[in-house]
Amino acid sequence: MKNFVVNPVLNKEFKLRFRTFKSFLGILFYLLALAILIIGFVFIESMTNSQGYFKPDQSREMFMILSVLQLALILFITPGLTAGVISSERERQTLNIMLTTTQSSTSIIVSKLLSSISFLLLLIIASLPLYSIVFLFGGISPGQLLTMIGFYTFTIITFGSIGVLFSTLIRKTIVSMVTTYGVTLFLAGGTAFLTLILMQLDRGFYNPAGGNNPFPYFTAMLNPPIVLLGTFQPEIIKEIQRGTGIEFPLWISFLISYTVIFLGALLLSIKMLRPNMKKG
Amino acid sequence: MIEIMELTKRYGKFTALDSLSLQIEKGTVFGFVGQNGAGKSTTFSILATLLAPTSGTAYINGYNVQKDTKMVRRQIGYMPDFFGVYDQLKADEYLHFYGASYGIPLVERQKLIPQLLDLVNLTHKRDSYVDLLSRGMKQRLCLARSLIHDPEVLILDEPASGLDPRARVEMREILKELKSMGKTILISSHILPELAEMCDTLGIIDGGKLVAEGSVSDIQAKLQGEKMIIVKMMEGLEQAIAFFEDDPYVSKLIHREEENSLQFIYRGSSEEQTVLLKKAILHQLPIISFSEVETNLEDVFMEITRGVELA
Repeated sequence: MKNFVVNPVLNKEFKLRFRTFKSFLGILFYLLALAILIIGFVFIESMTNSQGYFKPDQSREMFMILSVLQLALILFITPGLTAGVISSERERQTLNIMLTTTQSSTSIIVSKLLSSISFLLLLIIASLPLYSIVFLFGGISPGQLLTMIGFYTFTIITFGSIGVLFSTLIRKTIVSMVTTYGVTLFLAGGTAFLTLILMQLDRGFYNPAGGNNPFPYFTAMLNPPIVLLGTFQPEIIKEIQRGTGIEFPLWISFLISYTVIFLGALLLSIKMLRPNMKKG
Repeated sequence: MIEIMELTKRYGKFTALDSLSLQIEKGTVFGFVGQNGAGKSTTFSILATLLAPTSGTAYINGYNVQKDTKMVRRQIGYMPDFFGVYDQLKADEYLHFYGASYGIPLVERQKLIPQLLDLVNLTHKRDSYVDLLSRGMKQRLCLARSLIHDPEVLILDEPASGLDPRARVEMREILKELKSMGKTILISSHILPELAEMCDTLGIIDGGKLVAEGSVSDIQAKLQGEKMIIVKMMEGLEQAIAFFEDDPYVSKLIHREEENSLQFIYRGSSEEQTVLLKKAILHQLPIISFSEVETNLEDVFMEITRGVELA
């Protein structure tokens, strides 16, 4: 455990990441984007309201919008932070030297993933004071906020591991990034689109009352925005469950499928980092 | 000790290493010479556990590079021909990072790093960002990095490439120091004279094959089995041609009428060469000069890598 906490790669990554002005700018712009949205939302709502105040149910609406926006920002930033962690070492010609040290592939990969995730978690933690504005107006429980942070952390870990995998498999950072963004786009947007299409097809052509085609459930369980919205609007999930005939909670399916993706990506990255010396 | 046994590496149809076998004793400084693309870096990558061979294997201090990778990594200090640095790390932090990567405790590193920086003459740059160091300094820092875990074997791929003459001299001095510490050093270069000064043994690699191996003098002597001789005549070039062509050790004779000279390859011993000259004088050939062309190390390298079989 001690070795892991004082892991050299993690230590080095923290130094490299937090010594650059870019990291500071990243946090600044992230918070600016969220702040503009929150202040803008409160301002617009107050202006359109005849009494000029902000109601708790609007606060809940703002929390939802903020959460979805935060998820979008996370999904946008994660590939950028993780899809170059190994390939950039390769391009900088520092990877070979690192691989000749006695550090295990697991330690290198996990440290790289953790250092990237830490930065994203810092972004989320830094945004908490902005969330507190929502608490000012009420309508949201602390439990919901904690669920949200847990959901973000889990999503970051999984998408981060996908970025690390492509960074290990693909030599060029730019290609690795494009591939990771492609997969992220598919999981975050493509699966939602497929869910809608499949549900419409199911209703329109096969069974007007909604049949037992399970595919919309499978695509929905891979989609973080649907799972996130489902925590605010359970009707969305119920609709999918009714349409597919699968009553199993969607968020558990999401947890299982994303855990499988995370573990698969992580194990493959560890295996592929070094050449298989036993096989020429 | 390094043992390379029938090492072969193929990339599709291209053979980068072709059944390379080599044995390097403990404490030896072995120079690996070859043109670019001859297979030096491929050999080094396999020894450094960065590349799997297609067939054959190698041992470092008795550890198999394919099976005992972790133990091999403990034995070696590897310096690649091209390497990068982390631009946001200071020289001291750079060494700490690699020291920690080998599991060296902080207290030990704090004692070790000043010694290493002193060895490579970088004590004054301890707090400088690595990116701001000159090329020569980076090379020396990388050498210090490869020594951080006190490896018995050093694998240095072109450590002096791209350095100015002064930096080369400094690097050579450091390597001499390491040699005196009893390290087994495997060092490559495409410049033979550069290695000749610091190596005990040389291996010349060409097209993935080891074409010559031995001490510098051994390799020169082997090639001196074939000497190039130039004879300048006052007159009677045709008579001289006829005379020298009759000698069984003479081959590849060519003449230059405008210079009244001829040159040929002579395969006889030094005694036989003396006899040949005596005979020529007795034959009353009007010889002005009879000289052997000096072969320097570059000539040796060029001859060997041109495909000349050594005796």
